[in-house]
Amino acid sequence: MIMAHLAQLMFAAMLGTGVFLFARRIAFVGRNINMGRDIDLSDRKAERWKTMARVAMGQSKMVARPVAGILHIFVYVGFVIINIEMLEIVLDGLLGTHRIFASLGSLYNILIAVFEILAFAVLAACVIFLIRRNVLALARFKSPEMGGWPSMDANIILVAEIVLMFAFLSMNATDAIAQNLELDHYVKAGSFPISQFLVPMYSGLSESGIVIAERGFWWLHIAGVISFLVYVPYSKHFHILLAFPNTYYSNLNESGALDNMASVKKEVDLMMDPTADPYATPPPPDNDAVPETPLSFGVKDGTDLNWKQIMESYSCTECGRCTSVCPANMTGKLLSPRKIMMDCRDRVDEIGHNRDANGGAFKDDGKKLLGNYISEEELWACTSCQACVDACPINISPMGIILDMRRSLIMEDSKSPETITNMFNNIENNGAPWAFPAASRGDWIKDA
Amino acid sequence: MNTFKVPTMAEMIAEGKSPEVLFWVGCAGSFDDRAKKITKAIAQILHHANVSFAVLGAEESCTGDPAKRAGNEFLFQMQAATNIAVLNGYGIKKIVTGCPHCFNIMKNEYPELGGEYKVMHHSQFIATLISEGKLTLAEDHPFKGKRITFHDPCYLGRGNGEYEAPRSVIEALDAELVEMRRCKSKGLCCGAGGAQMFKEAEKGNKEINEKRTEDVLETSASFVATGCPFCNTMMTDGVKGAEKSDTVDVQDLAEMIASAVSIVPE
Repeated sequence: MIMAHLAQLMFAAMLGTGVFLFARRIAFVGRNINMGRDIDLSDRKAERWKTMARVAMGQSKMVARPVAGILHIFVYVGFVIINIEMLEIVLDGLLGTHRIFASLGSLYNILIAVFEILAFAVLAACVIFLIRRNVLALARFKSPEMGGWPSMDANIILVAEIVLMFAFLSMNATDAIAQNLELDHYVKAGSFPISQFLVPMYSGLSESGIVIAERGFWWLHIAGVISFLVYVPYSKHFHILLAFPNTYYSNLNESGALDNMASVKKEVDLMMDPTADPYATPPPPDNDAVPETPLSFGVKDGTDLNWKQIMESYSCTECGRCTSVCPANMTGKLLSPRKIMMDCRDRVDEIGHNRDANGGAFKDDGKKLLGNYISEEELWACTSCQACVDACPINISPMGIILDMRRSLIMEDSKSPETITNMFNNIENNGAPWAFPAASRGDWIKDA
Repeated sequence: MNTFKVPTMAEMIAEGKSPEVLFWVGCAGSFDDRAKKITKAIAQILHHANVSFAVLGAEESCTGDPAKRAGNEFLFQMQAATNIAVLNGYGIKKIVTGCPHCFNIMKNEYPELGGEYKVMHHSQFIATLISEGKLTLAEDHPFKGKRITFHDPCYLGRGNGEYEAPRSVIEALDAELVEMRRCKSKGLCCGAGGAQMFKEAEKGNKEINEKRTEDVLETSASFVATGCPFCNTMMTDGVKGAEKSDTVDVQDLAEMIASAVSIVPE
């Protein structure tokens, strides 16, 4: 009896710790997203829900690559459905019961059977994913930015999922043996279409051995699940949660459309307004007004990104579809759209930790996103073709960030390749990117 | 070949007339010798189909697209404000562009700055003319039964979701449309967009137009149809670089249609 209560207490403590650590990380990432610049995405709600349903829930863009897409759907559906079983496991753990929903009878049997089939599909898919990454070594998993931690992260996730599914199936196999032996507490429940094949592995065990194995797999599974919960928001696997808000806040405009900077429009309107008096006395300062922080043009550091771009950086799961379709990348240039997203996330994370360590205020660390993480060479290689935007399964736009960073290069630092500077000068002087006199623009008409 | 005078807006207004559409020529179409042929072909098609149109001539100026994509928002908005003042001054309602970059920026980025027009890419306008029966193709035009592949311009295809209009134009030619491995939303850029046209490429192991030319050659098409003067330059150079100029001809859709209705521009 005491042992049983001890187990319940241990379970509650483990669950509580897991949820606490998860929540702490979520709060950190939430703060980081909120330190981005404002962008109003509160419009077109119905269209946003539909986009999320289609792209995130419906995985519509995943299947553009059928092999990875279908395997991913197995893992995704498996993850979502098998989590129904988590409800029973958590209740059993807290209440000291065993298979609390067994009374559902045949419905329960069907549910367990479905969970098992999905668990096998997840397991198989993860094995294939591991082979694709490590044996077949698909090019997009071997780009320079994938060296070290990112590849390890991916392998940890896949191995963890395999271990979890194996523990789940073994738990069922040993439970089925215990049920057949009519051991105490092992109510007859569930049907086991997959784990029946694991029974021979464990059938040699003694009665107490079976109980120890069943309890062992049960605890391994739930401890693994809770550890995974804590791990997810620290890893690229965060996409399983962020894909939903990230697609809800998708850019709903044509992908060719680039935003017009409001701060610039104000200046241009003033210049074009013949009645504007540049020497006019400014209105008396309103002492109660909150002083407006002058924003710099474009993106130079992590905090210059808008909150949606920061959310995108945390949502990216480094699949590399963007990089594999990028014309610059496929012709050997330094630019990799995936690296842009990873750099943004790493820099924002660094700024967040810096803030936390310095009482909430960022202490200058002498670093910038532009320069220390992303080079000018990468930015200038972009053709703005939007292939990366089209390829992203969760509607991230690396291109938007690249072009925002070019704005900083040009409008803050006046840094551009010489030929680009010439192009600007030509447009300013004669209204065309080349040095032809504006008056000759209509000359082709003469010989039409 | 029939000659005619392309009217400017200023001339039209002086005569008390206002055209149905403004043909926005664009910088490449105005100054680049190769692209001028495309411009003339579009003008000939409009004339042939009895469309009431005019151009701005010297009053046209760069839309600001290369400046904007290179990060110079200020220069872009100055250009936009100037152009919008001219367009609104003439009361322009409908614009046909000869370039997908002009098309995209005027369609998507000018409205917020005060320039609201119905903007069409020339492939869309030509497709409409064909479907309305306003263009009759010659019996023995040079594209009949030929293998033609279409290179999607990024700012017409991915940028604005228009994949069908240019293809319907090719189909009207009674030609065999062959798709490249990467086409429509998966189409590969020619390498000129995002202001790349105006700078040297970064260090790499290949030029983007060489890569795209490989896609073209895989189809063994005799013609590459383009819808963008910059793509046209890049693909022409790519085909030349692959030493296939005598078997693969790069032409804008407008040039093909102009030839097919036998109004070949010189």
